Amino acid sequence: MLSRVAQTIYWIGRYQERAENTARLITVNTNLMLDLPPKGAPGWDALINLLGCYESYLARHPEFTERRVANFLINDEYNSSSIISTLCALRENARTIRDILPREAWESINSYYQTALERKQSSFSRQGRQSYLEHIIAGSQLMTGLLAGSMNHDMAYRFLNLGRKLERADMTTRIIDVRPENPLSEEAPELAPFEDILWMSMLKSLSAYQMYRQHMQVRINRKDVLQFLFKTQGFPRSINYCTENIRFNLSRLPKNRTPLKVLKKIDTRLTEMLTDKMDNNELHEFIDDLQIDFGTLHEAISKAYFPPALMSAA
Amino acid sequence: MTINRESFENHPFFDELITPNGHARGYARKLISYLGKLDKGELASRQLGAELAIKQMGITFRVYTEEEGSIDRVWPFDIVPRLIPKKEWDRIESGLKQRVEALNLFIDDLYHKQQIVKDKVFPAEVLADSENFREQCIGVNPPLGVWAHICGSDLVRDDKGEIYVLEDNLRVPSGVSYMLENRLVTKRVFPELFETYSPLPIDDYPSELFDTLSALSPRPGDNPEIVVLTPGIYNSAYFEHAYLAQQMGCELVEGRDLVVEKDDCVYMRNIEGHSRVDVIYRRIDDLFLDPEAFNADSMLGVPGLMRAWKAGNVAMANAPGAGVADDKVVYSFVPDIIRYYLDQEPIVPNVPTWRCIDKPSCDYILDHLKELVVKPANESGGYGLLVGPSSSRQERETFRKLIEKNPRNYIAQPTLAISTVPTINGGLLEPRHVDLRPFILSGKSMEVTTGGLTRVALRKGSLVVNSSQGGGSKDTWIVDS
Repeated sequence: MLSRVAQTIYWIGRYQERAENTARLITVNTNLMLDLPPKGAPGWDALINLLGCYESYLARHPEFTERRVANFLINDEYNSSSIISTLCALRENARTIRDILPREAWESINSYYQTALERKQSSFSRQGRQSYLEHIIAGSQLMTGLLAGSMNHDMAYRFLNLGRKLERADMTTRIIDVRPENPLSEEAPELAPFEDILWMSMLKSLSAYQMYRQHMQVRINRKDVLQFLFKTQGFPRSINYCTENIRFNLSRLPKNRTPLKVLKKIDTRLTEMLTDKMDNNELHEFIDDLQIDFGTLHEAISKAYFPPALMSAA
Repeated sequence: MTINRESFENHPFFDELITPNGHARGYARKLISYLGKLDKGELASRQLGAELAIKQMGITFRVYTEEEGSIDRVWPFDIVPRLIPKKEWDRIESGLKQRVEALNLFIDDLYHKQQIVKDKVFPAEVLADSENFREQCIGVNPPLGVWAHICGSDLVRDDKGEIYVLEDNLRVPSGVSYMLENRLVTKRVFPELFETYSPLPIDDYPSELFDTLSALSPRPGDNPEIVVLTPGIYNSAYFEHAYLAQQMGCELVEGRDLVVEKDDCVYMRNIEGHSRVDVIYRRIDDLFLDPEAFNADSMLGVPGLMRAWKAGNVAMANAPGAGVADDKVVYSFVPDIIRYYLDQEPIVPNVPTWRCIDKPSCDYILDHLKELVVKPANESGGYGLLVGPSSSRQERETFRKLIEKNPRNYIAQPTLAISTVPTINGGLLEPRHVDLRPFILSGKSMEVTTGGLTRVALRKGSLVVNSSQGGGSKDTWIVDS
């Protein structure tokens, strides 16, 4: 298969997960605003920080209000990582390889973007926003299903999954990182009971709450939630699931030595992670390191399979 | 009754479905009576349904506007099909085959002995000034001796019902994917109609194109590797490039995906390494194909491609240089070209054409600018025309100077009263002007699409059918008379 096509379909996978997980990220923050007392809730600036778009935000907005941040992350065409920009990039990439995609999948991607664009007004209110974000998440799930059920599970499909799982792993760590600046229980003992609410909210935004209960068989607590989200093999949004799936796909591709080596490093890091011993700072650093590893893995995949950088700029 | 009889009576044009006194033509009777049973709201809602389907299917084309830059537009489509009786179509089909056969012999002759020039049937000075004659192609023998494998000829019908060829597109003609998609949309919108009519099927085109291209492979016996070479997603016809690649199961490639190696063979860059390419269906103009041979600045092409083609290591369709016959001055000689190479009379005539290179014709043209359509020799997409009857004095003066300065570059034709087909406008049927572009494939054998792409000028009274200028399209049915 063409290197350029491999690159394009890999990015389709990344954009798809990026749109879906940005929607999840905004959902978790909105829910925390509702669930936690004002003092304990993470601010909206935290989201901008997590997505690494602090500067581009400040260039366009003087302050971090819910409405401004939500619009910036959902609708702003000038923000290249907003949901609408991501879906636009997804559609343009799909257009570039519409000969590879099954017709139904292209039609679904096309209307995914068109509907998101038509309905964007509805995301301005808090109430409309929730259903808008649900639509974004459902659209991504539909796309996954259509591709799984109608596309050859060949090389192209492997690159799609590489992109998806790498982006999902990265975004999941960002969602886990949505927390109040200071740990609730240490600074303000009266807020301690809310700690569990925070984790529950996060699980829900990852569609992980029920699966957590079924799988872990314990009530919500920090250690087990981290265990579940980082290390469980069976839950499809856990980091471990994503890295295992990346291994499955990489091992079926040629020239996979370097990317597999990077993956091994990530595995070691995950295995050595002690979920019950980490405080919040350590967790944050751990997540930072993991995100850097994901970046290295992306570089390794690009170098092994995609056209040389100079060429893709042509 | 949804047919606006007023507008169909008395209008001076030939309507493809309705007779001058307002009755349905024989082959259109069932269609018209069916449409007559739908009320205004129903018709409008079917039209809306088609537009939604097209949007959902992502059938688009790209236009360039000064205000908005390059934007992806939904393909404009009118749901009322255009019908042509099979008996008439059979004659047109043989006329098109005759025409393209002669054109291929003509191109091959120009790049070899130039016998037709020596025999003074085709003037040397027209050849000398040809913009699309490529010296790089002299002496090359493309497989099967065919240069224009895919030709799109535009046909029009005048007020007497006579069909003429308006022009031949031999470079990178587009539109065939829209022809195929239009049928799918019509099936979604009017499934009932297919119970009473059985228009001849059209969906065989991608496999015929595949066979035509396969036959050109320099490595016979193998499974040839065929690719579609596109300039990329910003090209106006990108949709079609992707569509055809998908339908044929071929790779869609851009110039940067291909590389010519030291052995003068063409390879594509795969994730495993490089693999050989046998046939390129190129949708890039000659001058951008190969920066070594033509435009050195081209970012779209592949360095060394012409070398590989001349060495016979890769086939290209259409062959470089085939555009020499895609020139409105050459067009005016096609009847002579048919007589010269085939010793036959043309089956489908040309539109009467005056050439500015002939002094008496040129004087006539300059005296009658207000009645004629003046066309530049090498433009496409309906640009750079002077439509006499609707022109201003200033525009005519501009053209007078252009013609006097470079007569080789212009021809003139009478302003044709081209035919109409009932078209939906706000739930009512009104006549709109149409043309027809069938596609002709030439390889081991010749194939013509069943019908072709009907383009329609959606604005009332407009004669311009180009999609970049307010045109739309219709499904075209070849039906038993």
